[in-house]
Amino acid sequence: MKVLFLAHTEEGGGLGKAALEALGAAKGLGFELVVGLYGAEVQAGADAIAGCGAAKFLGVAGADFATARYGSDASACEAIAKAAGADLIVMPATARASRVAAGVALRLGAAVDTRLTGLEAAEGKVVATRWFYRQRMVGRIERDARPWLVTVDSGCFEAPSDMKGAASVEMLSPAVATRTVVTGVKSPAADAQTIRPEAKMLLVAGAGWGKSQAGGMKRLDEASQLILSLIGATKCSLGSSKSLVDQSGEGGALPFLTHMHQVGQTGSTPRHQKGLATCCHGEEPHVVGWRFITERRAINLDASCGWAQGKADVLYVADAFAVVKALVELLK
Amino acid sequence: MKGLQIVVLGSIVPDPLQTLEPIVGPTGPALKNEMMLPAVLDPWAGHALYEAANLAKQVEGKVYLVALGPKAKLQQVMMNVAQKVPFEINVLDGPAGGFTDAAETAKALAGAVEKLPGLDKGKLLIFGGWQSASRGTGAVLQMVGELLGVTDQFQGVDEIKMSDDGSFTVLERIEGGSYQLSSCQGAPAVLGWATGNLPEPPNNPQVGMANMRFIMPALQKAVAAPLKGEGLRFQSVEVPSQRRETRIVKDAPVDDIARELADWIRA
Ligand SMILES: Cc1cc2nc3c(=O)[nH]c(=O)nc-3n(C[C@H](O)[C@H](O)[C@H](O)COP(=O)(O)OP(=O)(O)OC[C@H]3O[C@@H](n4cnc5c(N)ncnc54)[C@H](O)[C@@H]3O)c2cc1C
Repeated sequence: MKVLFLAHTEEGGGLGKAALEALGAAKGLGFELVVGLYGAEVQAGADAIAGCGAAKFLGVAGADFATARYGSDASACEAIAKAAGADLIVMPATARASRVAAGVALRLGAAVDTRLTGLEAAEGKVVATRWFYRQRMVGRIERDARPWLVTVDSGCFEAPSDMKGAASVEMLSPAVATRTVVTGVKSPAADAQTIRPEAKMLLVAGAGWGKSQAGGMKRLDEASQLILSLIGATKCSLGSSKSLVDQSGEGGALPFLTHMHQVGQTGSTPRHQKGLATCCHGEEPHVVGWRFITERRAINLDASCGWAQGKADVLYVADAFAVVKALVELLK
Repeated sequence: MKGLQIVVLGSIVPDPLQTLEPIVGPTGPALKNEMMLPAVLDPWAGHALYEAANLAKQVEGKVYLVALGPKAKLQQVMMNVAQKVPFEINVLDGPAGGFTDAAETAKALAGAVEKLPGLDKGKLLIFGGWQSASRGTGAVLQMVGELLGVTDQFQGVDEIKMSDDGSFTVLERIEGGSYQLSSCQGAPAVLGWATGNLPEPPNNPQVGMANMRFIMPALQKAVAAPLKGEGLRFQSVEVPSQRRETRIVKDAPVDDIARELADWIRA
């Protein structure tokens, strides 16, 4: 069995965390390994993993492949995969790779499964783990079809270390046909950045922040300021319930919340070491947003809230406004 | 550009508020009482449909919904969806659950799109959810695009802006809360939608009446699409028992709670 680790490089030609973890997944299978990299530049990435044990390094590089664009990325992946002739192709489930993985599989006549959280080989069989129904249930799957192209989720596999060296990369030059130009990236300003995948903690803001509080008044400005202060003090990432995001979108709650913040059934399921839920009721479509948070704590006025039913490690029955205010003071 | 043909690929999923329990069925895993569970239009596909209708209004275009799912359930869900925006439906009667194979689904859908009467690929935009809420692979649209020869593709789309000459710009979600901005010369293209920018349209009985005139015959004409599920083998499917021993801290002074949390965050 031959395994191709196939990933895009980042600006400067190196490999990102998700790519290194995907290399860990590919290498962990213990079969013959081939590396394929694509991007503006690939040598730095190849050198960084020169000692990974790969029998061969393949690359596609150049200005055409600098940006994350379907037409060019699919051509690069197709060319590398065809040159590698691997049975199993492992890609990271980054936005860039996820955009093309299934299309590439179709071109190769390969079977495809995405967003794996586990991948192992035992007794000659490869078994993959992935979630179904938006992280509601987990399944273990096998396929006989080869090639089999998979993408693996970030945060599930260990990135190998100490692989630096000098790699000799065999370069390919596929043709690119596309009518698309990537014109830029719109990122939140550094001081307004509230989504941080690399943060240790996820703060989840629930609809309670936007509700009338004791005394009968909404305290939206104060809620905004407290949440932003806590993010400022901890550099945590901000998630929100659907309920609060929807209200905020209609101008009713917190101005900085968008659908990008939503966690849960129709939002994201981020991976962070810690999670602090504030003013969240904790129903199932919401809780799936927490599936991959390791340590979970919650603050809610209501002791019978959904989080109390075995979903959080600690539930503080208290006013989130008061607790967060004191917490920000302590963390300053 | 006038007269775009916007084909939305979307099906149904169990209402997210339902408890879902996997069972072993005759052909592999299934959901307990699957046919009894109330269903909704797959949420991201729903956003795609509303965005399609909005765009169609701007360009005097037409919206088609191509749905692969169990006919009886689709009919129930369409009673509601039909009231939202104008579209013409094309139904493939087959399984829509999370345990079906994305590639088989894509082949069936691409075949149905090819057969749409009057299809003009130069005016074709293929819309859908960037992932389903059932299988969640994000794979079907890409493969449908490839099968139809459409290789300008976008995923995690929250916005499309169409120019008079038919070119358009797209915002796609990428990591870290950022967007990638692209411009494309025009149709054909594939757009996998995230949430978009539009609220769910209110029910409009007139739209519903107009749609239903086409929906009922389309359901009657539904072509069977029995997916074989060949090649994908499930060893197991389970709801992980994730019950935690929750420590409930009640009647504690705010400062004590804050201190405990600060220690935990710093640790
Ligand atoms: C199709 C569909 C898809 C869905 N997808 C999602 C999804 O992706 N993500 C998601 O989150 N939800 C989703 N839901 C909705 C979900 O079921 C819940 O309705 C929603 O998440 C509830 O949000 P919440 O907990 O913030 O709000 P609420 O249920 O309104 O709870 C607010 C909580 O705040 C507490 N509170 C109020 N004031 C304070 C205070 N001062 N201090 C402490 N606590 C306070 C209250 O006690 C209450 O428990 C979906 C539902 C459907 C039907």
